[in-house]
Amino acid sequence: MAERSFAREVQDLRLGDGEVFKGEGILAITKALLQSGVAYVGGYQGSPISHLMDVLADAKDVLDELGVHFESSASEAAAAASLSASVMYPLRGAVTWKSTAGTNVACDALTNLASGGVTGGALIILGEDFGEGSSIPQERSHAFAMKSQIWLLDPRPNLPSIVEAVEHGFTLSEASNTPVMLEVRIRACHVHGQFETKTNRKPEFTLREALENPRRDLNRIVLPPASMLQDRQKLETRWPAAIRYIKEHRLNEHFGPAQGEVGIILQGGMYNAVIRALQYLGLADAYGETQVPLYVLNVTYPLVDDEVAAFCLGKSAVLMVEEGHPEYIEQAVSLILRRRDINTRLDGKGTLPRGGDYTASVLASGFKTFLEAHAPLLLRNHPPLPSADDTLQRAEMKALAGVVPQRPAGFCTGCPERPIFAAMKLVEQELGPHQISSDIGCHLFSILPPFNLGGSTMGYGLGPASASAFNVPADKRAISVMGDGGFWHNGLSSGIGNAVFNKQNQVILVVDNYYSSATGGQDIMSSRALNPRRATNNSIVTAVRGVGAKWVRQIDRTYDVAKMRDTLKAALTSKAEGPKIIVASSECMLNRQRRERPLFNKAVKDGRRMVKQRFGVDEDVCTGDHACMRLSGCPSLSVKQLDDPLRDDPVAAIDNSCVGCGNCGEVSEAAILCPSFYRADIINNPTRLDRWLDRLRGAVIGFLQRRRDARRVVFA
Amino acid sequence: MSEAVIDLERPICLAVLAMGGQGGGVLTDWIVATAEHAGWVAQSTSVPGVAQRTGATIYYIEMLPKRDGRAPVLCLMPTPGDVDVVLAAEFMEAGRSMLRGFVTPERTTLIASTHRNLAVSEKETPGDGIASSTPVVDATGIAAKRSIVFDMQRLAEQHGSVISASMFGALAGAAVLPFPEADFEAAILAGGRGVEPSLRAFRAARDLVRTPQPAAIAEVTRPPAIPHTTGVAALDALLARLRAAFPVAAHAMLFAGLKRLTDYQDVAYAHDYLDRMETLLALDERLGGAAHNHALTVTAAKYLSVAMSYDDVIRVADLKTRAARFARVEREVGRKPDQVLTMTEFMHPRMEEVVGSLPARLGRWVEQRPALFRALDRVVSRPRRVRTATILWFLALYLVSALKPFRRGMLRHQREMAHVADWLAHAKRLAEQDYDLGVEVLACRRLVKGYSDTHARGTAKFDRVLAEAVGLLGKPDAAAWLRRLKEAALADEAGTTLDGAIRTLHAAFAPLPL
Repeated sequence: MAERSFAREVQDLRLGDGEVFKGEGILAITKALLQSGVAYVGGYQGSPISHLMDVLADAKDVLDELGVHFESSASEAAAAASLSASVMYPLRGAVTWKSTAGTNVACDALTNLASGGVTGGALIILGEDFGEGSSIPQERSHAFAMKSQIWLLDPRPNLPSIVEAVEHGFTLSEASNTPVMLEVRIRACHVHGQFETKTNRKPEFTLREALENPRRDLNRIVLPPASMLQDRQKLETRWPAAIRYIKEHRLNEHFGPAQGEVGIILQGGMYNAVIRALQYLGLADAYGETQVPLYVLNVTYPLVDDEVAAFCLGKSAVLMVEEGHPEYIEQAVSLILRRRDINTRLDGKGTLPRGGDYTASVLASGFKTFLEAHAPLLLRNHPPLPSADDTLQRAEMKALAGVVPQRPAGFCTGCPERPIFAAMKLVEQELGPHQISSDIGCHLFSILPPFNLGGSTMGYGLGPASASAFNVPADKRAISVMGDGGFWHNGLSSGIGNAVFNKQNQVILVVDNYYSSATGGQDIMSSRALNPRRATNNSIVTAVRGVGAKWVRQIDRTYDVAKMRDTLKAALTSKAEGPKIIVASSECMLNRQRRERPLFNKAVKDGRRMVKQRFGVDEDVCTGDHACMRLSGCPSLSVKQLDDPLRDDPVAAIDNSCVGCGNCGEVSEAAILCPSFYRADIINNPTRLDRWLDRLRGAVIGFLQRRRDARRVVFA
Repeated sequence: MSEAVIDLERPICLAVLAMGGQGGGVLTDWIVATAEHAGWVAQSTSVPGVAQRTGATIYYIEMLPKRDGRAPVLCLMPTPGDVDVVLAAEFMEAGRSMLRGFVTPERTTLIASTHRNLAVSEKETPGDGIASSTPVVDATGIAAKRSIVFDMQRLAEQHGSVISASMFGALAGAAVLPFPEADFEAAILAGGRGVEPSLRAFRAARDLVRTPQPAAIAEVTRPPAIPHTTGVAALDALLARLRAAFPVAAHAMLFAGLKRLTDYQDVAYAHDYLDRMETLLALDERLGGAAHNHALTVTAAKYLSVAMSYDDVIRVADLKTRAARFARVEREVGRKPDQVLTMTEFMHPRMEEVVGSLPARLGRWVEQRPALFRALDRVVSRPRRVRTATILWFLALYLVSALKPFRRGMLRHQREMAHVADWLAHAKRLAEQDYDLGVEVLACRRLVKGYSDTHARGTAKFDRVLAEAVGLLGKPDAAAWLRRLKEAALADEAGTTLDGAIRTLHAAFAPLPL
């Protein structure tokens, strides 16, 4: 991990028997892996599971003591493929990524892994990026589990349950020779809670032992006829073994009375919201004591038919609480009931919304509908459901709705990507709008105001590939954008190689900010930091040339807006054949500040001469036209109203959060905006020469200023 | 079946609305630590998502003690109508919390900072895009059970800390959580970083909430009083003329104009201004301006002074070299006595500016020779980083600003004055037939602002809007239509809104098809 330290979190990984861990869900999972005797861990960073990767990257000592291998995989596919170490050897392995984004990428390896089956426990930790706050399409990981026959755990969202799920995940995997997915939603990954820890376990079998004593079994390799055999094993051996394990260890839980008129079947992850919704209806208390029988699926795939049937038998109706669509579990439950001729009515989607978050209020109104239809007596005298509807109906609220502005995420203060898109906007002012294919990463914020640049995004590292079809003679050429993260993930082959091979005419802009920034600033191949545990400093330009690109330009300071603009223009107008590739490099400001600020402050404290730069606006020179805002959007550049009756519009102003990146000045020059901006150089611990010059200048300039002020005939 | 209701105990629910980078996570951790310190079970969640800043983020906390050794089941998302405390780290975020239904009169204490952190949409409009805070205040009145609202950002800054500390203090002061004060402070101490400033801001906010100050009297921006005498005869003469010739309603604006123009040029120039204003006043009187509160005179006083103080190189050089400006920069960047400060200006003079500063005839002569103009432009037009606080650069700017006495002979001045004359004539002509429309024509001058291309675009919009003014004569609500066009012109840079508004106007008054 680059510029942020996780030293404190690493300490939590050492907790022993009976101690209490306090922290985030995803860190609890990390600790649980070590308690379970994991031999190797891999993954690809991304919200909400980044911290698992970050903490392990900082935990070399802990991992070394235990003999655990940790890898920052190049992609989710690479991470999934690494689980093949568990195929022949009793090695426990875990990988993690953001899902479904990463699961899509990993599918090839997952399919083969699931077919051959595993010997050691193979656990795939999925950060289910679904619902409010998600940054990807709204899909479910459930489908992947079903299609490859991988078991899917969805534990109740509290730390003890999640930790238990990790431990059972490994044993279930081993008992059924099948990889297991552990699905944890965004909020559960970030939930703060506690659990009682156990001492970490060294893996029973080591990677070294495996390497030195290789084994092979043709029946585990996916090639006919073995693949046909594997398919039979899936159905005849592994599935029944899994069902046996789930039943024996009671992985699914029952709450509330044993019998009841009605019941609720739910995904484990929905448990807390279900309890709260029942509480709103007067049917549960704050400690989970419920009047309605609950069957909690901590394993959502496969279903245990007998358990489902037993729960439904004798009830007039059950409600299936299953977030997201399609309603795979509801369909499966319905099939179980149909096959056994159980006439219990099954409600689910329809009574509950088809999509979106299943919040407590959504569930409470669904439950109400369900109970009114099937068990109205339960509902007598329930308190009114909490609601803000009465308040929201008021005229004052309606007026408010028209006022509160949207506030999407944007580039940080001083972000080196801002000047790139400022330059692109200047080019568009000159050459007109272009087809711009965007990518996944911070740079995607270019699609939002004030830049409004970019027409599509097709997946990580796929910006250039998504401009492939636009390779016909035309007066304009396509532009595509890709980050350094996407570049190393797959973009070098799917984007650059593809464009070179197909002689594409497009302009490819690689945004290189030295880190995988959007996911938290992890190191990647081309990071400039020296990381003793990773091989960094691999040049993107060399890689691009290595796959045959000819027209390649490197820009080492993206803040040079004029150069950026001219290079883009040259790329768009060059007669050269093949892709025109611009690698625009400047360090992510968030990480740069993390690294430099403490050093700077220390140097100042130590009495060294240090110059701090920041920008400002002369309010009497600014006319309040806000042209600069439309080329910036920097959080530190804002507007303020002046106390001057002659002014209608607010003027630009820069606050103290300015990091002096230079964009304001460069844009002002390149776009010939106005002379309002100034850069202030503040010299800490000035030398004697500095001070002498300052006094001299002060004397001369002061004299001239006093002279003029004395002659001015103006109102005070 | 047993009794329906088992227990009515419910957790305390808190939502924190902040923007990325505001320390919402730190505040959340403190609140959780406070509850845990008191032996409660506390759970927090958030959706920090991507690492970027500036986006709106919600943190959510629930807390309840264990009962008979059993931990409560706590929720991961706020439920509208069921939140006890909302902490909003910015005023529009407070508005958002209300729109999301988190603030309800039966239950919610709203703790919100009144400071604004403008959204991009508010900053990028060419006009004034800042959202009004009044609807937020109004909504607070009906939505919150209790509201604690002050500028927590400023309070934090005054104590060298960040807003999370002052918000935490406000929460403690509000006494909505059943924990002793020591638990709050213990949470800050345990956090370990920036403890001293955090505690200062925490205590200041806590005390402010606990013993509310008498409501600060709203500061009304009053126009500056016109001094009886300035002690300078030349200026007093201007004031005397103002008092003698103009109605009281226009005094404040005229005085602002006189201040601006004496500063911009000289006393004689301010007299020119009053000359022009007198002819406008005469027209105003003739048109019964008193009944309109002399709107024509007041509006002209404002925009004529702005038009006469157009931004040229002399003006910029003058403003950049003033002692008051040096002092302001030092204040803004917070220069400490043991630091040395220098400034760099980002200027990009073009041949247009140079020609504008030449004597009118010479300027026109150069302009009429495009080849020469282009050749000179290649020399002149480039970015100049001007280090104003160094002696040579200061002298250069000082000399440019010393050209002020020659300004009236310069090409730019002639052009500006011709533009002013056209505009005033236009306004006068229309005012004769439609007083309000004439006033609006004057107010359209607001569109002309900025430098270089921005200035040209503004002027083009000004011309387009004014071109519609003539056609509006005799139409109902002509002035309102023109005002709408002006506002449309200020809504976006490209003029799309203005295009739409002009189309609407033409459609509204198109002859009906037979």
